Amino acid sequence: MNALFLDRRSVLRASLAAGGSLVLGYAPATSAQNGAAVHDFNPFIRIAPDDTITLTVHKPENGQGAVTTLCMLLTEELDCDWERLQWEFAPVARVYGFPLQGTFGSLGVRSSWQPLREAGAKTRVMLQSAAASRWGVAVAQTHTGKGRVYNTASGASFSYGELAGEAALLPVPDTVALKPPAQYRLIGKPTPRRDTLDKITGKARYGIDVRVPGMAFAVLERSPVFGGKVVAFDDARTRAFPGVLDVVQVSRGVAVVASNTWAAMEGRKRLDVVWDEGPGAALSSAAIRRMQQEALAGSGTVSHSEGDVERLLDTAAQRLTAEYEVPYLAHTTMEPPNTTARLEGEDCEVWSGSQIPGLCHLNSVAASGLKPEQVVVNTLYIGGGFGSRGGGNVYTEAVEVAMAAGRPVNLLYTREDDIQQDRYRPCAMVRLEAALDADGWPVALKGHACCQHFQDLQNGLDREALAGLEDNDYALAAQHFAYTPLELDVPTNFWRSVGASQNVYFMEAFLDELAAAGGKDPVALRRRLLAGKPRLRHVLELAAERAGWGTPAPEGRYRGVACVSCFGSHIAQVAEISLKDGKVRVHRVTCVVDCGQVVNPLTVVQQMQGGIVYGLTAVLRGEITLENGRVQQSNFHDYDALRMDEMPFIDVHIVASDDPAPGGIGETGTPAIAPAVVNAVFAATGTPVRRLPLESSRYAFAVKNA
Amino acid sequence: MVYCAHNNKNDGGSMATISFTLNGRLQQVEAEEGMPLLWVLRDLLNLTGTKYGCGMALCGACTVHVDGQPVRSCLTEIGYVAGRVVTTIEGLGQVDALHPVQRAWLELDVPQCGYCQSGQQMSAAALLARNPAPSDADIDAAMRNNICRCGTYQSIRAAIHRAAELQSLAVDAMASGRETLA
Repeated sequence: MNALFLDRRSVLRASLAAGGSLVLGYAPATSAQNGAAVHDFNPFIRIAPDDTITLTVHKPENGQGAVTTLCMLLTEELDCDWERLQWEFAPVARVYGFPLQGTFGSLGVRSSWQPLREAGAKTRVMLQSAAASRWGVAVAQTHTGKGRVYNTASGASFSYGELAGEAALLPVPDTVALKPPAQYRLIGKPTPRRDTLDKITGKARYGIDVRVPGMAFAVLERSPVFGGKVVAFDDARTRAFPGVLDVVQVSRGVAVVASNTWAAMEGRKRLDVVWDEGPGAALSSAAIRRMQQEALAGSGTVSHSEGDVERLLDTAAQRLTAEYEVPYLAHTTMEPPNTTARLEGEDCEVWSGSQIPGLCHLNSVAASGLKPEQVVVNTLYIGGGFGSRGGGNVYTEAVEVAMAAGRPVNLLYTREDDIQQDRYRPCAMVRLEAALDADGWPVALKGHACCQHFQDLQNGLDREALAGLEDNDYALAAQHFAYTPLELDVPTNFWRSVGASQNVYFMEAFLDELAAAGGKDPVALRRRLLAGKPRLRHVLELAAERAGWGTPAPEGRYRGVACVSCFGSHIAQVAEISLKDGKVRVHRVTCVVDCGQVVNPLTVVQQMQGGIVYGLTAVLRGEITLENGRVQQSNFHDYDALRMDEMPFIDVHIVASDDPAPGGIGETGTPAIAPAVVNAVFAATGTPVRRLPLESSRYAFAVKNA
Repeated sequence: MVYCAHNNKNDGGSMATISFTLNGRLQQVEAEEGMPLLWVLRDLLNLTGTKYGCGMALCGACTVHVDGQPVRSCLTEIGYVAGRVVTTIEGLGQVDALHPVQRAWLELDVPQCGYCQSGQQMSAAALLARNPAPSDADIDAAMRNNICRCGTYQSIRAAIHRAAELQSLAVDAMASGRETLA
């Protein structure tokens, strides 16, 4: 049972050995481990004399495969034994990217590609130099393999562990030659994950599984209305419930602290809190829609303008106008948000599965009032991120509750808390106008989007709010985009693929409307407009071919296509659907992706499948609504996810790419699936779908002329 | 599927000593009778492989076996398991003796974030125990109550078919072993 407890000293020892997390800096060091000297070659590689090689993974693992792919990059150049290597999560430190140390923007592999291969190569050269000195030969007369340096002429060899002590004293090479792709032994090869065994035996420890001595379990009653404040509370019945240890007020509500999670939840049900709900209580989804409609009547802040859109619209052979909209979305990671915090005198230690441990650290410092070097953040496995686990309230709340309760606490969001107190993908509305020429080809596009911003405005703009729209790859004579921010108390956040999650739907669905109006085939239309974008055009053509585009679909099936370049990759998807009892069923998705140099094809396929399933849930039924300032959904019965019996067959094809650098994959799979499905529905019904989700009382889909 | 009614009305105070078999060993625990098995496992017994996902038997993350049946431990009161046999992911197999479901999960590298996979495997193992060669439709019916937000369903489906193969190979091996002994 002791293995379930994180021992503070061993954690500190581990992080000190990895380079001194306490000062948020990094100093290569030789430290003791089990009585023997252990050598840090750089922030990512530690070699012990017994040949234990430990790699540091500085991107959190939320299912995207960071542990495996980052270890692959280091191992490719270090040339150690893949089967034997150890790994651990990095402490928070500037060298790992603090304050934005974390995984977001599909940047994990892209930002690690060069530095990790260099770290591996430089360490390998230092080990080769140490061996060359022993043999009195030139470095060029040595080579490496599976954690050993060989004397090429004699065949003699030393293990990395035997050489580590001498090698660590050598100067770090300024530059080093990296392998050409033809010599890759790991990169590009299907490689099973390093963490699967832990995850199939229940041993993998997530934030929710952290247990520290003296720890209690806590849940927090927050205002049902965003921005509400506690006026008073009665905790008599709560305190009477067996197992409840304490009730404490913190900045965002009233926490119940108990000897187990159930007692905390039960105690909370018996809590009476009087709230000053504030002006947020007047907010409703209907009111927000009216605000958006009013905003779109104006012209907005121009974000991008090329060509004379107005002239082309005025002189168009056909002019089309449409308003599209999407609702708020919650993230519903399978592991609800949680954080464990312990404060002892001037020390604060926090354990969490955070996508951005750097922000977790900043939040914890602010909440504890301590100095940065007094706060230690430990990274655990994350039970799903999808953008929700960056900075956030849960770290602050856990630290505040631990301080107020005077004991370590594991603060857990119930699923209801998760859905009703999330930070949401904003609801968005866009007005699109287009001009077709006399031949039916689009020549001009004008768009005006209105939604809350994902991040702080710069010159009145949030580029994320327009991503996937203003940066589209289509060649038109004129394009013009504008944005009007909506300022509301509803908290917003990144959501898998961020702005592209809404805008690629708007863009690609409207494009199919234009194709229909001009009498064009949706693939042919895109091919023409992508003449100057060979990579995107190629994945589009390949997806169309693999999906049988242009051949009759099976009886009762309809196809829709969408494509986009995003996160440094290029993707096209074809969805095949049928309609039954007014509802949409997705049978098959063909997905072709060009993500440059592939590191682990297994991960790419999984991320494509995952991105598509995440997007399918949203397009089919994802909808958070507000009434009287309250989120109306609360659990999976009214905010459901795609389930096994609804799972389409997903055919993922990875294009062999000439691009020597990797593109992003974590978010790339999501944006195109909504328009691919919606365009298939349009093909079936003849009526464009301009508002999501599809499973709504607004819709009863029927095949046209049927 | 076994659900036990969740009693909100009492104010607790009915502690009981409950005995049951947990992962092959006799287990005694002192708990409120109404406390869900999930929290007894996680918070009292520190078996954290069984996960909380919804608390309403909607997502399947907390699935364990009670007398061989897949049960949502978040709504199963501890009193219900008195005298019964409970198996959690920690008891399904061991690292050096994985259950066929775990071997298939490992072979096909099923997990992404992994959080739902204890429940997925417990549901899959229960399915294979009663149906050694499930069709896709059988898998849909048995697994639709386990949500995965990472989108591993296609891998899970393939892994269940693979686990069925591994299980039948093991059964064949046992049968031939018996013949050899005879």
